[in-house]
Amino acid sequence: MPDLGPLWLSLALASVTTIILLLVGTPLAWWLSGTKSRLKPAIEAVTALPLVLPPTVLGFYFLIALGPASPIGSFWMRVTGDALTFSFSGLVVASVFYSLPFMVQPLQNAFETIGRGPLEVAATLRAGPVDAFFAVAVPLARRGFVTAAVLSFAHTIGEFGVVLMVGGNIPGKTRVISIAIYEHVETLNYGAAHILSAGLIIFAFTVLLFVYGSRSGNPVHVR
Amino acid sequence: MSASERQQLLLRVKVSYPGFNLDIDQEIGLAGVVGLFGPSGGGKSSLLRIIAGLERDADGQVVFNGEEWQNGSTHVPAFRRPVGFVFQDARLFPHLSVAGNLQFAQSRRSHDGGIIFDEVVSALDLDQLLHRGTQALSGGERQRVAIARTLLTNPRLLLLDEPLAALDAGRKREILPYIEALPKRFGIPAIYVSHAVSEIASLADDVVVLEEGRITAVGPAVDILNRDDLQSSAMPSEPVSILEVRVAEHLESLHLTRVDYRGQHITVPIMKSIAAGDSARLSLRAGDVVIATAEPQGLSVRNMLSGNIIAIKPRPDSAFSTVSIDIGGSTVRAQLTHHAVEELGLAPGMPVFALIKTASFDRNV
Repeated sequence: MPDLGPLWLSLALASVTTIILLLVGTPLAWWLSGTKSRLKPAIEAVTALPLVLPPTVLGFYFLIALGPASPIGSFWMRVTGDALTFSFSGLVVASVFYSLPFMVQPLQNAFETIGRGPLEVAATLRAGPVDAFFAVAVPLARRGFVTAAVLSFAHTIGEFGVVLMVGGNIPGKTRVISIAIYEHVETLNYGAAHILSAGLIIFAFTVLLFVYGSRSGNPVHVR
Repeated sequence: MSASERQQLLLRVKVSYPGFNLDIDQEIGLAGVVGLFGPSGGGKSSLLRIIAGLERDADGQVVFNGEEWQNGSTHVPAFRRPVGFVFQDARLFPHLSVAGNLQFAQSRRSHDGGIIFDEVVSALDLDQLLHRGTQALSGGERQRVAIARTLLTNPRLLLLDEPLAALDAGRKREILPYIEALPKRFGIPAIYVSHAVSEIASLADDVVVLEEGRITAVGPAVDILNRDDLQSSAMPSEPVSILEVRVAEHLESLHLTRVDYRGQHITVPIMKSIAAGDSARLSLRAGDVVIATAEPQGLSVRNMLSGNIIAIKPRPDSAFSTVSIDIGGSTVRAQLTHHAVEELGLAPGMPVFALIKTASFDRNV
């Protein structure tokens, strides 16, 4: 039986990342879905950057931005007494950026599909903007939330390059499942690599099956 | 403010939309149902949305009974305006049941009292629908739920944006009596937008005509809708006559109502919602009126009004003339071919009979 530490670490990282992304990505997606601002295309482009850049590019800049010499890194060091690079916290920060499009894009689509109709109704029924968001937009975008959370979680489980650059390979701290597989292959421990790799394939397939399956089901009709 | 006091809505609005400019400076007296009438694309819906606060980019002034809803930098957001808005497409929340939709409004009203849940449910016959999902409702049922939901916000002004436009004729007939009864039953003035003369005629006491972004006429429905100049501009498809009648008696077993029109009788499909002795307005399309120069025999037509021709106007680029007949001081219009006018030798001053099938009134009430 291979060491399951990396598995638990990956699950913890993906959970924390998904929760933070729900809190950060939801307002961003909401703003993007309704704004007429000229900044919108620029923000959308920045949000989508992790989709096209090699993870090494992001990892490289995170390594610099989060390092003890940087303002962010040194601030973190002063507050927590710990370095942000080569730590679990650093992985979380990097993962949030790396998985951002997987949270924002499905949510933005969901909000745009709802349109302004139901929100206008909510306003004429005396619901203020925040009230209307939680009482109307969120329930109508339910599918979008599920898809966004599942994809963000799965994508975080699957990351490798950024994690390796920012976190390295420290057992129990930054050695997530993808790094563990890399390590096993490097040390020619193919048996352990097989178990983790096949497990990830099954996991990814199940997740995608769920996402696509729930999409082809009864879509939410908004009139 | 008591219901008897005349309420006022001041509108000063100048907005450019692609295709037309809305340019309004008008004080509208609100009593019962005010019909906002005019051709499609003339700005009626935009104006209604501005009143409700749904058009944030519109500059202007909206003052309701002295309360500034909009003026310069003041813009009371839609959710703080005491208006109820009924959209053409009902817009029920799909994630809530019928009862859930109603409670959404009920739980957000700014003060207690006012319109009671059970009363609204019974006024719009929703008892059987409360626990249904919104997807399973017919178009007419959806609109009834939407109207009930709006009422539960305790609005002080109801705005209805072509609430019947998406419904077929049968559904319209089903829901019109509900809308008609609203202002009296709940004491809320309403502005009702429509481009359908028959709807405006049966619902609205007063009419505001909006054409190409400008208000071209304001006044009592019968006077406004019968005006010849507006007949050609605002109702270009076919002339109509608005008949102000008094209900004489309901003939329940025949499903008919006999009404009195300028001393003569007309039989129409039963109008249960209007009590004997009360007045009502009927709209009559000119194409539904037949003219006879002598009293005819052996016809199935139930209604025969005698009067005198006052004018014959050929409609440009068409086969038809509009023949106006004076019936005891009121006008009924008939649409005849030029050919028929010529063959019958019709001329102003001639006594004639206007024949009207009872079925012509089926779209009313």
